[in-house]
Amino acid sequence: MQADEDMRKKAEAALKKTAAYGEDFDLNEYGLASEEEEQADDLEELSEEDQRTLLNVGFTPSEDNRAGSFIMLNNAVTHSSLRDDDVVELMSLRDAMKVHDWVKDYSWKLVEPDKDKYTAMSYLQDANGYFIRAPAGKKSKMPVQTCLLIGSKEVSQTVHNIVIVEEGAELDVITGCSTKHGVDKGLHLGISEMYVKKGATLNFTMIHNWGEEIGVRPRTVVHVEEGGSYISNYVTLKPVKSVQAYPTVILEGKGAFARLNTIAVAHPGSELDLGSKVVFNAEDTKAELISRTITTGGNAIARGEMIGNANNAKGHLECHGLVLGGGMQRAIPILEANVEDIELSHEAAVGRIAREQIEYLMARGLTEEDAVGMIVRGFLDVGIQGIPDELKADIDATIAKIGENAI
Amino acid sequence: MLEINNLTVEIGGRRILKGVDLNVEAGYTNVLFGPNGAGKSALLMTLMGFSGYNVVGGEIIFKGEDITNMSVYERAQMGMGIMTQRPPNMNGVKVYDLLNVISKDMKDTEELAETLDMVRFFERDVNVGFSGGEIKRSELLQLSAQNPDFILLDEPESGVDLVSIEQLGLTINDLLQKDCKCAGDRCKHGKSALVITHTGQVMDYIQADRGYILCNGTVMCSGNPREMLTEIKEQGYEECIKCKLMKI
Repeated sequence: MQADEDMRKKAEAALKKTAAYGEDFDLNEYGLASEEEEQADDLEELSEEDQRTLLNVGFTPSEDNRAGSFIMLNNAVTHSSLRDDDVVELMSLRDAMKVHDWVKDYSWKLVEPDKDKYTAMSYLQDANGYFIRAPAGKKSKMPVQTCLLIGSKEVSQTVHNIVIVEEGAELDVITGCSTKHGVDKGLHLGISEMYVKKGATLNFTMIHNWGEEIGVRPRTVVHVEEGGSYISNYVTLKPVKSVQAYPTVILEGKGAFARLNTIAVAHPGSELDLGSKVVFNAEDTKAELISRTITTGGNAIARGEMIGNANNAKGHLECHGLVLGGGMQRAIPILEANVEDIELSHEAAVGRIAREQIEYLMARGLTEEDAVGMIVRGFLDVGIQGIPDELKADIDATIAKIGENAI
Repeated sequence: MLEINNLTVEIGGRRILKGVDLNVEAGYTNVLFGPNGAGKSALLMTLMGFSGYNVVGGEIIFKGEDITNMSVYERAQMGMGIMTQRPPNMNGVKVYDLLNVISKDMKDTEELAETLDMVRFFERDVNVGFSGGEIKRSELLQLSAQNPDFILLDEPESGVDLVSIEQLGLTINDLLQKDCKCAGDRCKHGKSALVITHTGQVMDYIQADRGYILCNGTVMCSGNPREMLTEIKEQGYEECIKCKLMKI
């Protein structure tokens, strides 16, 4: 209890602590998002507009081919359903705290509450979110889908998620983040703590589709044990005011592996400050960080960081940025070796599409627009699995538009 | 089919082609010889309309139209196609997806891909990590899918092993004159081509109607391509340059 009290004091003291990166948001400008919202049991009875919002972030309202579904609207859990509770557990974090007394041992253990004002705020509000756990050895064939929605104007949504993949288990999660139609201004603060245990695999895909005046401050830390794998795909292709994230993966066990893909488009007025960090704390660990960003007038900063603390660790970092019609691209790779036997490398490139590539396709009979579209689609294709067709169509439409505007 | 009149081209301010005159009649395959750095590749790249090749004089007439200032796309639409020496790495663009976009008949394309052993490349990024021979096969497959009437081939046999060269040569021949029964038929329905070759190996598989020798950005001579090849092999290009000087 004393420890809790100390932490609370620290968090209170951190409420004015600006984050290391990104525009600073004044938390007082935003009201607290409501914890009371209407429940949505049957998602297919939601309005067409709401269903479209869900689909565009990879969330299928029909719940076909999904192991479970979870929706948080503002700060209220409005839907939580599970197809097969044998292979995966899914509930709100607050419920999980009641069901299992050990959940507290996973809470605020990877993310520090006093890291910055956003973590402090989430801590002090005792933010709710999803709790997903794959029991030891269980492999769900279908992914769990979650959606975090901001439904009211000028509020701050605070979310705290915990994902645990127990020994030898496999879990796929698709998380979509969006705003309801008409909500332009708001703040999303999201804490995610993920635990991938011995020999387990977590495939985590996050799709952002925010509004033009939304500030987004996710704080994610992943802990991977021996032989475990963490694969993350982060996709943000629509206008947003500011996203600043720096998900960190700690490879703590021998042979642990991480791959983080980021694909992002910075539209005019958008600032995307996207980092990813891997800490190699055990032998034979491996990681790949791949970032593909496009600016069509906004700012895109791709930070990639690898810290090698153990022998025979291997990591590769790739930051590629395309400038299509204005904006700024900045690639900041950081590699650090603290032991001798280590292999970390990076390649970074920013600039326009090579004219030679466009003309190569034009010589095959493609228009300039189609050629640019094809190159952009290829540029952004990092092979993300399990995206619903509706989202694919939406992504294609976005890319086609970028191609048109790029000329 | 193609008529090049007094074509002068600069790359980065440097004059690469100087007053080139050259014709390719309908159904004809003409061959372009010349030493390294003569401007052969530059001529093909200029004909296709690639940027960086600045036409500062002369004209290119294709199918009766002046295409000197047309875009690459417009030329391709009119029926021109090219196999370059060093195509760019197309990161993220899959071989299958590109073939699917350019193919008039994907079934035929897939069959040819089988023959050329390119099916296993379908999910690869175009040209990325391809060997010299693989690039040629991939380019040829794309050209066949595109099926142009006039084809520019820049050293199709270079980098190809002796076994594959036969298959490559036969495929090129197929592309040029499929279903042509006789010489007259070839003139009416066959395709035209301008082929760069150093070794002449590709001429074992295709008809070669007329040869041109390009030296220092200028056409030195034209005539029977097989005779020319023999002479070049015996005497080198020095003789051509001397001969041209004598004429002046």
